Amino acid sequence: MSDWISIGKLEDIPRQGARVVQTAAGEIAVFRAASDAVFALANRCPHKGGPLAEGIVFDHHVACPLHNWKISLESGEAVAPDKGCARRYTVRVEDGIVHLNVNS
Amino acid sequence: MKEKLVVIGNGMAGMRTVEELLKLGGDLYDITVFGAEPHGNYNRILLSPVLSGEMPFDDTLLNRPEWYAEHGITLHAGSKVTKIDRVRRQVVAADGLTVPYDRLLIATGSRPFILPVPGHDLPGVVGFRDIADVEVMLDAAQNHRHAVVIGGGLLGLEAAVGLVKRGMVVRVVHLADTLMERQLDSAAGQMLQRELESRGVEFLMGAKTREIIGRQRVQGVLFEDGREVSADLVVMAAGIRPDFELAKAAGIHCERGIVVNDTLQTYDPRIYAVGECAQHRGQTYGLVAPLFEQAKVCANHLAKFGISRYVGSVTSTKLKVSGVDVFSAGDFLGGPESEQIVYRDPGAGIYKKVVLKDNRIQGAVLYGNTLDGAWYFQLMREGTDVAAFRDSLMFGQAHLGDAGHGQHSPVALMADSAEVCGCNGVTKGTIVNLIRSKGLFTLDEVRAHTKASASCGGCTGLVEQILASVVGSDAAPADQQKPLCPCTEHSHDAAREAIRTQHLTSIEQTMRTLEWRTPDGCPTCRPALNYYLISTWPTEARDDDRSRFVNERLHANIQKDRSYTVVPRIWGGVTTPEELRAIADAAEKYAVPMVKITGGQRIDLVGVQKEQLPAMWADLNAAGLVSGHAYGKALRTVKTCIGSQFCRFGTQDSVQMGVDLEKFSWGSWTPHKFKMAVSGCPRNCAEATIKDFGVVAVDSGWELHVGGNGGVKVRVTDLLCRVKTAEEVLEYCGAFMQIYREQARYLERTAPWIERVGLDYVKKQMVDDAASRAVLYQRFVESQRIAQNDPWAEHTTDARRGEFEPMIKIDVGRVSAA
Repeated sequence: MSDWISIGKLEDIPRQGARVVQTAAGEIAVFRAASDAVFALANRCPHKGGPLAEGIVFDHHVACPLHNWKISLESGEAVAPDKGCARRYTVRVEDGIVHLNVNS
Repeated sequence: MKEKLVVIGNGMAGMRTVEELLKLGGDLYDITVFGAEPHGNYNRILLSPVLSGEMPFDDTLLNRPEWYAEHGITLHAGSKVTKIDRVRRQVVAADGLTVPYDRLLIATGSRPFILPVPGHDLPGVVGFRDIADVEVMLDAAQNHRHAVVIGGGLLGLEAAVGLVKRGMVVRVVHLADTLMERQLDSAAGQMLQRELESRGVEFLMGAKTREIIGRQRVQGVLFEDGREVSADLVVMAAGIRPDFELAKAAGIHCERGIVVNDTLQTYDPRIYAVGECAQHRGQTYGLVAPLFEQAKVCANHLAKFGISRYVGSVTSTKLKVSGVDVFSAGDFLGGPESEQIVYRDPGAGIYKKVVLKDNRIQGAVLYGNTLDGAWYFQLMREGTDVAAFRDSLMFGQAHLGDAGHGQHSPVALMADSAEVCGCNGVTKGTIVNLIRSKGLFTLDEVRAHTKASASCGGCTGLVEQILASVVGSDAAPADQQKPLCPCTEHSHDAAREAIRTQHLTSIEQTMRTLEWRTPDGCPTCRPALNYYLISTWPTEARDDDRSRFVNERLHANIQKDRSYTVVPRIWGGVTTPEELRAIADAAEKYAVPMVKITGGQRIDLVGVQKEQLPAMWADLNAAGLVSGHAYGKALRTVKTCIGSQFCRFGTQDSVQMGVDLEKFSWGSWTPHKFKMAVSGCPRNCAEATIKDFGVVAVDSGWELHVGGNGGVKVRVTDLLCRVKTAEEVLEYCGAFMQIYREQARYLERTAPWIERVGLDYVKKQMVDDAASRAVLYQRFVESQRIAQNDPWAEHTTDARRGEFEPMIKIDVGRVSAA
């Protein structure tokens, strides 16, 4: 499982917030919902490339800070009527440590 | 055993008296009402719109039969009283019904004056008095073609226009040379005639009727000068005569009407008379407003208070023909001792004349634009000396009261004591209060609650304007009740009210208490709730940065390329070489792509990367520069002109005032962004009159303006007030910001907020009421105590800097193209 990388502690990501992981190919936003569920999406809104990590997180969604598109954290899909999809990454939490699969 | 009150006449005057009496003391009397017409009580004034087809008869009903029953009133509709027996104290009706009274109210009204010419009793000749007359006219309109209206007064013209609308060819015959000569001067009368001619009414002026011709039915009218016109219908509208036969037959003293004293009692003190049948101090009245004033006094006496006196009425007239605006009041002709001011714009169809004596209005005629009728009428009744604004009198009330900066609708300027509805004696203050206290949003609701515009309807436009000025043009009922967002059924106002009254101090607690439908809200409701919480409980509620839009969370404006802009505060627009050097150094050090001067007299460093922000802020902080909140719903800038320090026109030190205002007011969050400006003289170079709070220096002090903005919908400020000292400017500024903070909805700028609640509402709380102003100011200062921390300094500590960095940087991975 060499694709899995430990990126830090869960508590480093604010609840209803996100942190950015910088990779060789671009940024990945790692979200922590109010429920402590963790998600990871490419940090680019499918609309105009806005940084999703800076958006307001609500339930399992994030609102893009540029034009308020709502993106599902579970699927990366924009909420209708908008259409588009942010790339999704698999992420898991073990013993309070967040692991991200950057090639998933 | 209750006393017995008998009312003869089921018309407007009689029933209004009964209504007023019920208000004062419902249980005093057993009330019996006789009405010659077989209906409940209806609004006779509205017969014109019934005739023209603009209103169904049902809408004119004032009191339905159930109303009489509910109030325990015995109604004999269609029963004509034929005799008053004062010795036995009883009245006798045509059908023999006899009812005893302890007190008797005569409200028999008037009859149309039927010219005693040959043929006046032919079928097809009617007055214009009751619904039966209207039915005859409507029948004629269906089956015949030619109508003649005798009389070019108020009633005759309304009848003529109605009949034209019903498809008849209508000629109005008038004895005098101008129409409505008792209400209009010849100039206005001629404009009116031309307007009505364009609507298809023909006029025969100076024509005296000799005979009405016809056999089975009217066929034509013959005049003294030999002219003759054909007619299938003749409407007699040559005036009314008080109907006092019944009283006279009972030996009650009558002259032109039933003579009454100041408590509306006849020579027999058990018997009262109100309305058109009564003669008071030599005057009889044929308009509705005096009848209602009489009704109030009469009811007061009947209720045994006896503290109220009727001293006569000053009347004004409006013609109820839709699209024709005519107003007249008082002595509109003037004489050798009075002066006249005339405004005439024939192209626009506007004519105004005000008659003055010793700078006091004696009378007025308005044609084409009657908006200011109520204002002139009030000035006239109150005997106001108009010398101070005589030169702008003719331009109307809208042109008074500010230095030319404000933009008021005339109703916003009307005094609360100004009478809006002359029929029902309803003042603007009463209407405004009821709109607020009952939450009224439609004209019908206002009518139902205040009776304003519910009689003749002449003030409908004015009432609508008042409604709009109080609740705002966008505050339809749906909007008011609209939920904040789909997460809840609660409106903005309801959520904030709950936060205040139930002492809610966190978003989770608020959502739980108000039963939010979603687990943690949405990007619409969370920022709103966060604002309501911290503005209501500044010392208790925690500012939730997770419920903040990125700009307010990162204290910088996000741009489309994910970069940010940095705007330091430039207090009052004044800077120094040292500050400029520090800004220039920062721009070079962080390779800022663009340095731009903003519209608010500041410097914008555009294109800064997120990771650079804390270090850049620290450098700027070191030079004494702090966050300018250019990203926030908070005080933005205070724009200034040079002012009296240097400007040769300046009257006050606008720069110092701007600096002081900015230092005083920065920090606290507001519902939306808040901009200020200070101009050093009325030339207003700082453009203070399109700011949320604008200050314009005048020689004697400062003018304070509120509610302006540029943007999509430019709105010029309203003048709040004038003050003398700089301390007062700060106090009013703090109080105004606090009202706005506490009462406007989240994301509502001051401009739409003031349009929604009305300037008077704001003035009442902070201009008229010094104590309230002081309390508001104190609450603002208290909030400032907590809010005035430079957010840049807070974020440059090592602990917070981490938030601006990636969580981790790794050199693997692939991200597909978006």
